[in-house]
Amino acid sequence: MADKSSADAYWKANLRIIYICMSIWALVSFGFGIVFRPFLQGIPVGGADLGFWFAQQGSILVFIALIFFYTWYMNRLDREHGVDEE
Amino acid sequence: MDQFTLNLIVVGASFALYVGIAIWARAGSTSEFYAANRGVNPIVNGAATAADWMSAASFISMAGLIAFVGYGNSSFLMGWTGGYVMLALLLAPYLRKFGRYTVPEFIGDRFYSQTARVVAVICLLVISITYVIGQMTGAGVAFSRFLEVSNTTGLLIASTVVFIYAVLGGMKGITYTQLAQYCVLIVAYTIPAVFISLQLTGQFLPQVGLFATHAESGLPLLAKLDQVLMELGFQDYTGMHGSYFNMFLFTMSLMIGTAGLPHVIIRFFTVPKVADARKSAGWALVFIALLYTVAPAVGAMARLNIITTIYPVTTETGALDLDQPLAYADQPTWMQNWETTGLLKFEDKNGDGLIQYYNAANPEFAAIAEARGWEGNEMVTFNQDILVLANPEIAQLPGWVIALIAAGGLAAALSTAAGLLLAISSAISHDLLKSTLMPSISEKGELLAARVAMAFAIALATWLGLNPPGFAAQVVALAFGLAAATLFPAIMMGIFSKRMNTEGAVAGMLAGLFATVAYIFTYLGIFFVPGTALLENTPDNWIAGISPLSFGTVGALINFIVAYAVMSMTKEPPEEIQELVESIRVPRGAAGAVDH
Repeated sequence: MADKSSADAYWKANLRIIYICMSIWALVSFGFGIVFRPFLQGIPVGGADLGFWFAQQGSILVFIALIFFYTWYMNRLDREHGVDEE
Repeated sequence: MDQFTLNLIVVGASFALYVGIAIWARAGSTSEFYAANRGVNPIVNGAATAADWMSAASFISMAGLIAFVGYGNSSFLMGWTGGYVMLALLLAPYLRKFGRYTVPEFIGDRFYSQTARVVAVICLLVISITYVIGQMTGAGVAFSRFLEVSNTTGLLIASTVVFIYAVLGGMKGITYTQLAQYCVLIVAYTIPAVFISLQLTGQFLPQVGLFATHAESGLPLLAKLDQVLMELGFQDYTGMHGSYFNMFLFTMSLMIGTAGLPHVIIRFFTVPKVADARKSAGWALVFIALLYTVAPAVGAMARLNIITTIYPVTTETGALDLDQPLAYADQPTWMQNWETTGLLKFEDKNGDGLIQYYNAANPEFAAIAEARGWEGNEMVTFNQDILVLANPEIAQLPGWVIALIAAGGLAAALSTAAGLLLAISSAISHDLLKSTLMPSISEKGELLAARVAMAFAIALATWLGLNPPGFAAQVVALAFGLAAATLFPAIMMGIFSKRMNTEGAVAGMLAGLFATVAYIFTYLGIFFVPGTALLENTPDNWIAGISPLSFGTVGALINFIVAYAVMSMTKEPPEEIQELVESIRVPRGAAGAVDH
């Protein structure tokens, strides 16, 4: 097991990337898909608007990208802090 | 070959496959039974999680829910997928590092309290049992429609099949069976959608077709749909017709509820490494998204198809010719097939031999209809659940596609039922018997107890399926609300707050539990008994305009607030618990947790 200060730094870096990912998660679903939809009304996407596209397609695609990005980022972080699984 | 024989062959072959896999993957130890020996490849686990998660509701009902509401029901799409981001980032890797078998076990150990563990078991049982009922009834309906047996016989066949592979194989058998079930259900769902998208828009991918040009009219498909709906007095499909606030809360409740469902969480105990738990959640969402991005296309295209079937002629301006609707004598066979089930019903109210379909609840349009001599909407029943099942028939696809849809619907219902039954049986045998009531029980005894508990759970679910309480939708709302208000906050605080103690966690779970139950019972009846609701379930009566279906978010908030308030007044957890929290936060050492 890595020493205490390294573990703390690792956890802090993890929390930071969680905040960033969860902000994007909220922005594309609750933001673009629901609350900000009136502001996206002017951007047409095939018979509807960008907000509609995010609500029915885009948010799901962003969710997938977020999880794989987080996985990739954390694998790197695990190695950097020497806490990866042998 | 007739349709019935085809259905028998396709469904029979899929069942033979499931049972064969179960025999091949028999579980011999508790580790194999509860967690498949933690030897499951993350991609395989992702597909199995997807099948576990996508129930009869996703496969059969969701496209219909979207088709008849439009944009407003996008909540289901975002809510039921967004929960996986929470799972992957906030729960799954840490629970895998913790390395035990059940959700109550984590809560009991982390909060060093049998009380916390028992409260978690109760929440888990309420959530999972209510969920199982829906799956068994769904399977019963699919059997009776496609195999032409009675509902009872259909349910008994379904129970027997689940019994064989779940009791025999445990998590190992269930995982590999679910992989096969995922393949069956996704193929069954996608093939008709691709054909319909090609017919309407010339696009191969339904996800693209939804935003493409409607070949016949030259307008974008969604614009065409909005246009024909408004011509018949309905609300437009892409518009917003409810409150943003409730849509927000409902989406959030579905997300938190998804992340808190025990039968989904335990899937992440089965992968070999912490890194695999993260990756596995990503793959699960890829496999889920294959269906969830197709569903809105299926919904919109089926709605348009139904309307243009009833009003086949358009005027020179491109509007529907309301003077030339479909005659009863010319009804396509799918309408007649489904009318015999009672789920679709027409009634020639004005006796003119023609079908009039419009929104009679719209006063403006009702006046127009009256002037035309129409005496009401003649499509009196259209059960939303038949949309997906009838889809291949509406698009005139060959018989084997219809048989495939039957096998797909059954795969969706059975795979979810098996995952739920495993969560129920492990909570009883592992959390109640092994750790609370009979700590001296041997591994063999525990394995036997798990199998007996599962057999009992199947019997109970079958009985409830035969005598359905008749409030399935409300009960599912309760399951999601409770998962959001109890298990999710408790697990999350257990990982992210080192300071969180027994008192805080138990108080938070109980507060979330009671607040959610109280709010739902106030509007939907005490234990859902009709007539016992304290207030009528209308938006005017809701506190701050919050629908009982959206209350999970508020329940979760109450849980967090109460937990932190109580925590700040009580003493901090012992040193070894704080060390435990530190150790689950780092992946290193997870392999060792396998053998315990």
